[in-house]
Order: sequence, then structure tokens, then C-alpha cells
Amino acid sequence: MDYIKDFFVNLAHSWTTWISGGLSPWAVDVVNYLIVGIILVMMPVIATLSLTWMERKVIGRIQNRIGPNRVGPWGIFQALADAVKMLIKEDIIPDNADRPLFNLAPILIFAGAALLWAVIPFGRQMVGQDLSIGALYVIAIGSITTVAVLMAGWSSNNKYALLGAFRVVAQLLSYEIPMVLSIAAVVLVVGSMQMGQIVEKQTVPFVLVLPLSFIVYLLAATAETGRAPFDLLEADSEIVAGYFVEYSGLKFGWFYIAEYGNLMAVSAITTTLFLGGWRGPFVSAVPVLGPLYFVIKTVVVIFILMWVRGTWPRFRIDQMLGFAWKVLVPASLANLLWVAAVLMLPLPTAVKYILLLAGNVVIIGVTLTLLGQAAKRYATQHGLAGA
Amino acid sequence: MQQVIFILLALVTLGAAVMVVISKNLMRSALWLILAFFGIAANFILLNAEFLAVAQILIYVGAISMLIIFAIMLTRGLMDPNAPRFNEQWGVVGGFATLLFVVLAFIVTRIGWSASAGAVPPTSIQQLGQDFVGPYVVPFEVASVLLVVAMIGAIIVARERE
Repeated sequence: MDYIKDFFVNLAHSWTTWISGGLSPWAVDVVNYLIVGIILVMMPVIATLSLTWMERKVIGRIQNRIGPNRVGPWGIFQALADAVKMLIKEDIIPDNADRPLFNLAPILIFAGAALLWAVIPFGRQMVGQDLSIGALYVIAIGSITTVAVLMAGWSSNNKYALLGAFRVVAQLLSYEIPMVLSIAAVVLVVGSMQMGQIVEKQTVPFVLVLPLSFIVYLLAATAETGRAPFDLLEADSEIVAGYFVEYSGLKFGWFYIAEYGNLMAVSAITTTLFLGGWRGPFVSAVPVLGPLYFVIKTVVVIFILMWVRGTWPRFRIDQMLGFAWKVLVPASLANLLWVAAVLMLPLPTAVKYILLLAGNVVIIGVTLTLLGQAAKRYATQHGLAGA
Repeated sequence: MQQVIFILLALVTLGAAVMVVISKNLMRSALWLILAFFGIAANFILLNAEFLAVAQILIYVGAISMLIIFAIMLTRGLMDPNAPRFNEQWGVVGGFATLLFVVLAFIVTRIGWSASAGAVPPTSIQQLGQDFVGPYVVPFEVASVLLVVAMIGAIIVARERE
């Protein structure tokens, strides 16, 4: 019974002692890291298989239809059918495409989605590698995605792919800054960049202490992964799949897997930073409940993102970039200043949290008021409704 | 074990750096440069400077390489792989490069590189933060002024002409 209470950690210990009997210490390390690495690299694939079904069902219900229901009970094998279809498609390479780059780009994008999983804590002591700079590592992986997107757009030898790639790079670079600033606010409150520490310190989930950072991070991360409403660059009616328009078959499958892997990774990071990660009732006594709470919270965040996708219209590229630079960056900078100021005061922690919450609500109110006034000005200027 | 890893990483970094110079396609050179940056970041990790490694990836791969690639794309004429590789000044330039190599080799092998001042503290990031606002606050503030100047310059250059 005690074994099951901390099942995954005990399983890892038993496995390590079992193979230590036959291998030298460094080989044991290599084997363990290989196994963990393979499991974590499989996470985007698992995410794709489950989230594509969930997305099609959720968006189907939002649009008052049923969604896939033919392939298996409630259509749960639809993702397998899609995978088989993608595998048997012909692999087309455009005429003057740069072959090594063309073939390398999907792999790099998948790497960007897979590497994020190394620092996400699924439970106490269940992290791939609890880096001391975990929060910053998450942002640095985004830059690999940027390079891979540019490689994909360039090597397709297609003007529209290149244009799509430029726009994606502009969007990714613009939305990195609000993401960094909101993560910086959380890191300031915790005092460390280790993801494990960030979860340990959340006796109160940080969504109640820093709601502005939560909203800014969710919006910026949605833009980073290129999901609606920020999906101008891969929407079929806008630019016909943008930078991966020339990819077919399994290479397109890699882009698809990377998108859903990114979605799940972003939700997992939101859960870790703001919703308390694996914390929940009775988790100190029975640590194996940690991953369960983690999965539940991640699925809630994923549902919110799919809800947003099904409900909001798409942004134009200039509206998108304007939103990042003119609204999100000043709001998160003001938030960072307020957090730094409050943390310097010699007050008990509860009072600090209440002050942070009050400051956040004030900044949200000011931002929304200014946005409302700007919208009214725009409407009166252009003679639209709402003036 | 660490020697083996270091030698492998050094080979990757130096190989990528050599390919940057040799490659005929300018776009490929930029991508080999990105690989060289990754190699340097891995070297930083071997030296226990994780923050520097991640900052290297964020800044060099994420921003500066993008800048280089955009600049290359805007000057398409330089990417013709059939253009002549050397112009008539290759002798003088080769001489100066060899001279620079000899001087650098002399410096690197003659200086007695002393061992570091002890083990890396586990709270190195906190130490870094405190140094930024402590002894090194003036360079920190000057760097931020430089960044603001660059941003204002970019906005003015990219503004629409009325």
C-alpha cells in the first residue's frame, strides 16, 4: 500500500536498483535518462492523438454539431485514422526546394515542441530535469521554433510560404516579450526559476495572486503556438497553410504533431506557473495523486484554449502585432514594476499577496478602460457602430 | 567522460564554424552559424554557467540569427552559388589571417591560465542578479539605455512617411 502511495517514484527506484546490479553507475544513468527522454519525446505524439479528438468534439459541440462519431465509439479512433491517412500520402518535394533544409525543418519544429517537456513537473520529484533556470529554458526553446519556421518557409521556394514565414517570425518575436515579462513576475514572487520550486511555493495558486500575468501569459502563449485567434498565418482561407504549404504526408504530420504538442506543453506550463501544478488535496500524504491533479488542471486549460478557438474571430496581422506591443507589453511591464515594489515591502506574505492582487486588478481595469476609449475613438473616426 | 563530451562538442562547434566560412550558399552559412551558437551554449553548460547558455540561445539563436537571415534574404544577389568565391585580394587577406592566427596561438599558449577561484556556488543566479544591481550597476544601466536608443531608432526608421 505504501508502495502505491508514491507509485512512480518507487517504481523508478526499484528499476534503478534492479539494473544497477548489472551495469556500471554511468551506464545506469544513461539508461535512465534514455527512458525518460523517450517518454517525454512521446508526449507530443500522445498529445496529438488525444487532443485532436478532443478539439474536434469540443469545437463541434460549440458549433452545434456532433463532431467525429464514426471511427470507434464516440469517434475516439479518429486520430489513428488521420495518422494512417497521413502516412500513406505521397511525399512531394517542390522542384527548386533546398532539400536538406526542407527535410530538416519539420524535425526541428518537432524538437521545439518536444524539448519543452523536459522541465515540466508532473509531481513531486517527477521532473525530467529540474533545471535551475527552468522558466528561462521554456522561453529559449521558442527560439528554436522560430528558426525552424524560417527554414521551412525559405526552403519551400514559394513566395507565399516565405511571406507566411516572415509573418510567423514577426508574431513569435513580438509575443515572446509579454510571455517573458509575465513569467518574470511569477519568478519574482517565487524567488527562483526552478519549475519544481515554483510549484512548491504555491500554497495559494498564483492565478489568484497575479491574474494579469495569467491572462497575459495565456494570450501570449496562444500566439506563440499559432492557435486561433492568432492563426492568421496558417488559416486555410488566409494564406493556405502559410509556411508549411508545400509539405505533404508525414512531414505535414510532424508540423501537426508539433502544434498539438506545443498546445499541451503551453497548458502544462500554465498549470505549473499559475494553477499550482500537481498540488491538490491529500497530495502530501499520497504523492501519486500529483500527476492526476496535474492532468486534470492541464485538461481544463486546454479546454479553455479550445473554447477560445471556437468562439473568437481571427485577428489581422497588424491588429495582432499592435495588440502585443501596445497593450500586452505596457500592461505586463506595469505589473512587473508593481510586483517588484510590493515584494520589497517588509510585510507578511498574505498582505503582500492581497496587495499584488489589488494592483493586478487595477492594472486590468486601467487597460480595459484605455482599450475601450481607443475603440470608441476608432469607431467615431470610421463611422462604425459602437460610437 | 566529461573530456569525451567536451571533445565531441568542440568538434561540432568548430566544424560548424568552418562550414560557415566554406559554404557557398549564404543561407546555409547562416544556419551553420546557428549550429555553432548551439555548440557554444553547450560549452557554457559544461562550465556550469547554465544561465549564460540559455541567454546565449535566447539572444544569439533567437534574435541575432533572425537578423542575419533577414539581412541575407534582403540581399538576394549574394546567394548565387556560381559566383566566383575569391576576388583578386586573396593573397593579402590570407597573409593577414595567418598573422592573426599566429598571434592568437602565441597568446593562448604562452599565458598561464590560472585555475578558477573555487567551485561555482549553487545560487549563481542570485549572485548574478545581485552583481547586476550592486558592483556592475552602471554598465547594466548603460546597456539598457543602449537598447532604448536602438528601439527608438528602429521605430523611427520603420515609421510610415506622411
